[in-house]
Amino acid sequence: MFTRLTQDSAASDQTIEFTVNDRKVVARMGDTVAAALLAAGEMQFRISPSADKPRGPYCMMGVCFECLVTIDGRAGRQACLTAVKSGMQVIIPEGGRND
Amino acid sequence: MTDPVTNPHWDVVVIGAGPAGLAAATLLAEQKTSVLLVDEQPEPGGQIYRGIERLQAGSAKAHILGEDYVYGADLVRRFRSSAASYRPETSLWHVTPKLELFVSRGGVAETLQASQLILATGAMERAVPVAGWTLPGVVTAGALQILLKSSGLVADQPVILAGSGPLFYLLATQCLAAGVPIAALLDTAKARHMFGAIGALPRALTGAGPGYLSKGVKLMRALRQSGVPTYRGVEDLQILGENRVSEVQFRSGKRKHRLKAGIVALHEGVVPMVNATRMLGCEHTWDDRQHAFHPVTDTWGATSHAGIRVAGDAAGIVGARGAEHQGGLAAVGALHDLGRIDSARRDRLASAEMRALEAHMTARPLLDRLYPPRAEIKTPGDDIVVCRCENVTAGAVRQLATQGLGPNQMKAALRCGMGPCQGRLCGDTVAQIIADTRGTAPRPSDYYNIRAPLKPVSIGEISTLGERR
Ligand SMILES: Cc1cc2nc3c(=O)[nH]c(=O)nc-3n(C[C@H](O)[C@H](O)[C@H](O)COP(=O)(O)OP(=O)(O)OC[C@H]3O[C@@H](n4cnc5c(N)ncnc54)[C@H](O)[C@@H]3O)c2cc1C
Ligand code: FES
Repeated sequence: MFTRLTQDSAASDQTIEFTVNDRKVVARMGDTVAAALLAAGEMQFRISPSADKPRGPYCMMGVCFECLVTIDGRAGRQACLTAVKSGMQVIIPEGGRND
Repeated sequence: MTDPVTNPHWDVVVIGAGPAGLAAATLLAEQKTSVLLVDEQPEPGGQIYRGIERLQAGSAKAHILGEDYVYGADLVRRFRSSAASYRPETSLWHVTPKLELFVSRGGVAETLQASQLILATGAMERAVPVAGWTLPGVVTAGALQILLKSSGLVADQPVILAGSGPLFYLLATQCLAAGVPIAALLDTAKARHMFGAIGALPRALTGAGPGYLSKGVKLMRALRQSGVPTYRGVEDLQILGENRVSEVQFRSGKRKHRLKAGIVALHEGVVPMVNATRMLGCEHTWDDRQHAFHPVTDTWGATSHAGIRVAGDAAGIVGARGAEHQGGLAAVGALHDLGRIDSARRDRLASAEMRALEAHMTARPLLDRLYPPRAEIKTPGDDIVVCRCENVTAGAVRQLATQGLGPNQMKAALRCGMGPCQGRLCGDTVAQIIADTRGTAPRPSDYYNIRAPLKPVSIGEISTLGERR
């Protein structure tokens, strides 16, 4: 769905490992959790409780709240405003309700 | 730097690390004021200069994003070398009339005390309520730019860009330069606005106006020459898909089109982020030219509430360079209010900022008139979902508007504006539907009352407050 800009040089490309629903995923330093999830092929972040339909990040800047996931045990965190850290445990509650 | 954790009392707290907030905080620190800059993003730069500190000179990213982006590096560097304190990943969610501020970082809440508050919370992209805009894979054009700026991520499947306005064309050329596979560009601008805008041309040819106009012309030329299939005068846009976007359907002129899409990116201009000033009960007004609400402010960014200023796009769209100078003016105003400088010194400090601000504003009325949001976005058809959080349609809002109900009664009856986004994405649309039903321009009272918390906070978060106090 998304790939990294290939022409960019390697210095800033320090990688980090974190988990999404127990799956190991590699992110880059400077990614937000939302960016890292999109890079890992996740498009659907939550099921809207009111519409009962899948939703994914819309604004990437903290406005829409469609990117809510569970991060290190805290539910309903805005993935687009959270920097990804090594060893972070992210849960996308598939089919679950997340707010 | 003063340690932000051990110092709970600040002369000035600035919210927002975009050009307005960075300029304000830097100036205040240089004038020996204790100042804390708070921003909910992980890095300074705001919307335009996002990810700038990690930018490598001469890199592909610098080339793609262009010189107006690279400009921000110096602004951030100057801020970093000042004595201002900075708290990233920290959201403001409540302010009391005595300027006690409630913020949260990583799910932990705390309070700060300010003598003066400067809100430099910027703009957000205007909501684009069209059929299917809630499907995963539909994003704002700004979201694509954010992925590029902060993570060097580009889409690798067919992207449909739909919208209009200066930022839209900028984002489109950046996508092109980054090698994003743009399947089609759906331009929603209307040629007839050209005529209405002519009156604003003379002023646009003064100050920094010509620079903005020639950049715009270059962007449009690059897009035309790119060979990307472009559809003009696009209307009736519908996004189709089951659990994610798969196609778009629209009309261009008399012809209907249907195209495959992996990602759809929408953009119809930006509007001030008013939730904080609304929560504070500051006076607001509807701007007929920008088709948006903004708080009422004076030269120094002062609002109707003592001690609270707004600078940058949050006070009305002025663009990045305009925002920077407004940040300076708000800082000077705060210094004066704090009694650190007299009026004569204030006016001296401000004169260069004022001149520069004026120069950067000359082309704005022309741009506003060239690219007004189209009616189907402002007051969508009955089937369209306007409140994404609570899945409320324009038809439901319209029906209650016809019965004379206001926005807060609608909240209670329909739950629109009650979800986690607190009306950020539906407030303007609901106000415009109410106004349209009444047959007048929107009034400030057509917008929801916004109550704390500005962001959902958990009981756990509030309990961390108790431990610290
Ligand atoms: C997605 C997007 C992309 C844009 N890209 C460009 C571009 O490439 N070129 C261009 O010329 N213009 C661009 N603009 C327009 C641009 O926003 C402005 O002209 C400029 O950035 C405005 O500066 P500002 O300082 O007023 O606010 P911003 O730069 O928007 O900064 C506001 C800051 O406030 C923070 N904030 C908001 N609310 C809170 C809160 N409650 N708590 C804590 N922090 C908060 C935000 O995180 C943000 O960092 C873009 C706008 C958007 C929305
Ligand atoms: S994607 Fe909109 S809030 Fe995170």
